[in-house]
Amino acid sequence: MNQSSASLISAENISLKLGQQAGLVNVSIAIRSQEIVTLIGPNGAGKTTLVRILLGLIKPDTGKIERKENLRVGYVPQKLATNKTMPMTVARFLNMAIALSDEKIDSALFEVGAPKVGDTLIANLSGGELQRVHIARALLRNPDLLVLDEPTQNVDYSGQADLYALIGKIRNKRKCGILIISHDLHLVMSKTDHVLCLNKHVCCEGQPEAVTRHPEYQALFGPNVAKGLAVYSHQHDHQHKLLEQAELEQSRQSND
Amino acid sequence: MIDEFLITGLIAGVGIALIGGPLGCFVVWRQMAYFGDSLAHSAFLGIGLGFLLGINLTLGNIMTCILFSIVIVFLQERRDIHLTSDTLLGILSHAALSLGLVVLALLQNIQVDLLAYLFGDVLSVSKLDLITVYAGVIVVLAILATIWRPLISLSLHEELARAEGAPVLATRLTFTLLLAITIAIGMKIIGILLITSLLIIPAATARRFARTPEQMAVIAAIIGSLSVVSGLFGSLPLDTPSGPTIVVAAFCIFLISHLWQPNPK
Repeated sequence: MNQSSASLISAENISLKLGQQAGLVNVSIAIRSQEIVTLIGPNGAGKTTLVRILLGLIKPDTGKIERKENLRVGYVPQKLATNKTMPMTVARFLNMAIALSDEKIDSALFEVGAPKVGDTLIANLSGGELQRVHIARALLRNPDLLVLDEPTQNVDYSGQADLYALIGKIRNKRKCGILIISHDLHLVMSKTDHVLCLNKHVCCEGQPEAVTRHPEYQALFGPNVAKGLAVYSHQHDHQHKLLEQAELEQSRQSND
Repeated sequence: MIDEFLITGLIAGVGIALIGGPLGCFVVWRQMAYFGDSLAHSAFLGIGLGFLLGINLTLGNIMTCILFSIVIVFLQERRDIHLTSDTLLGILSHAALSLGLVVLALLQNIQVDLLAYLFGDVLSVSKLDLITVYAGVIVVLAILATIWRPLISLSLHEELARAEGAPVLATRLTFTLLLAITIAIGMKIIGILLITSLLIIPAATARRFARTPEQMAVIAAIIGSLSVVSGLFGSLPLDTPSGPTIVVAAFCIFLISHLWQPNPK
């Protein structure tokens, strides 16, 4: 991928050893404003490690990281549940990192579609509500980049569609870049601009359609997964264009 | 004269309860009850060394507890030690306890009232101890206030706190030091065996009534103080040891609190 100067964050040729084993090999990734990037890969592919490197929590052995100056990152963790022994209202939770006015908290909760939960104890929220509260918390940091770690894991199929609609809305309204980490592809594909398939190295990347047709992707996830995805995207009205693009992308990559 | 001793003990005990409330909440949230016990046991080494070196016992306790907690935190951080926290705690605390007892036994010219250290003796609290306690209270509360936010977020959701850049190790280490100081200065009143209970019972009671961590900390401090006051006043006519009576009082409040419904919503 080209490292455009407009990138919010970019990592170039990152490598990291975890103990004796390779954690990441020569991985490059960049996220720009208003771009939704999805990072996919099987368990142990190094997705979380890569995100930690991007967040600046671990240093890679080699490679270069560039962040926009004063980049603000909002993070929605994979594990949503908080420590149940600690009493905590939603409003207090949102207020934790930065002191905020009640109006700001209310409007953030409204934005994510979970109004009126401000006074509720976190322990009493449903899974879907809790996820939206986490997203609201990330948004209250006014992020340039929103990172969502496995956001579909605790959400059922119809909930996923709502979730991605929300993510699309956030991108359009806030003009921030969004990085989604996922081990399943299904609905991710419909909103995402760029997919990066990781298995310690970058197997393939590009537009969603191109990635699903890539032999390395199919080897990782099996042809059936790819097929299920193709069926989904055939519901789009401009499938031919997408297919052409996909083939183009694929041939470009195999030429590399 | 009994009254003056009682008042001194009372003021000291309430001081311990005031810091024990908020710190005890973190002990409950972070599941560190065993850690607290281990710290307290290790204080025996402090007593032994205090007699050996002829230094102030409270000071000896504080030093030992601080040393103990630093060693534990760093051992927990190391990935190449394939032992869990509770094993490490068990090894170090019992080693420190035994080492302390061995040192005391070797010092033949000193008669030590072990029971007073195990269960506390409120009537032995001197004016100097009172000053030590309140100096400790002020230091602990001041430091706790500065690490409050990161410590709360770390205890609520560690991964999120890490991702948001909370200073994890520094915060954990600082909290452990505060715990060490609290246990060391509370020992004289409540005793080595029982000091952890004054941390966790009021906090566990407060959990039912609080809706935010701050509320829980304040309620725990109030319940702790109430336990100290009622325990001490109870121990006088009953002629019972102060530490256990305070803990019994705390336990009674814990039981009574279950008559009310826990916080709604």
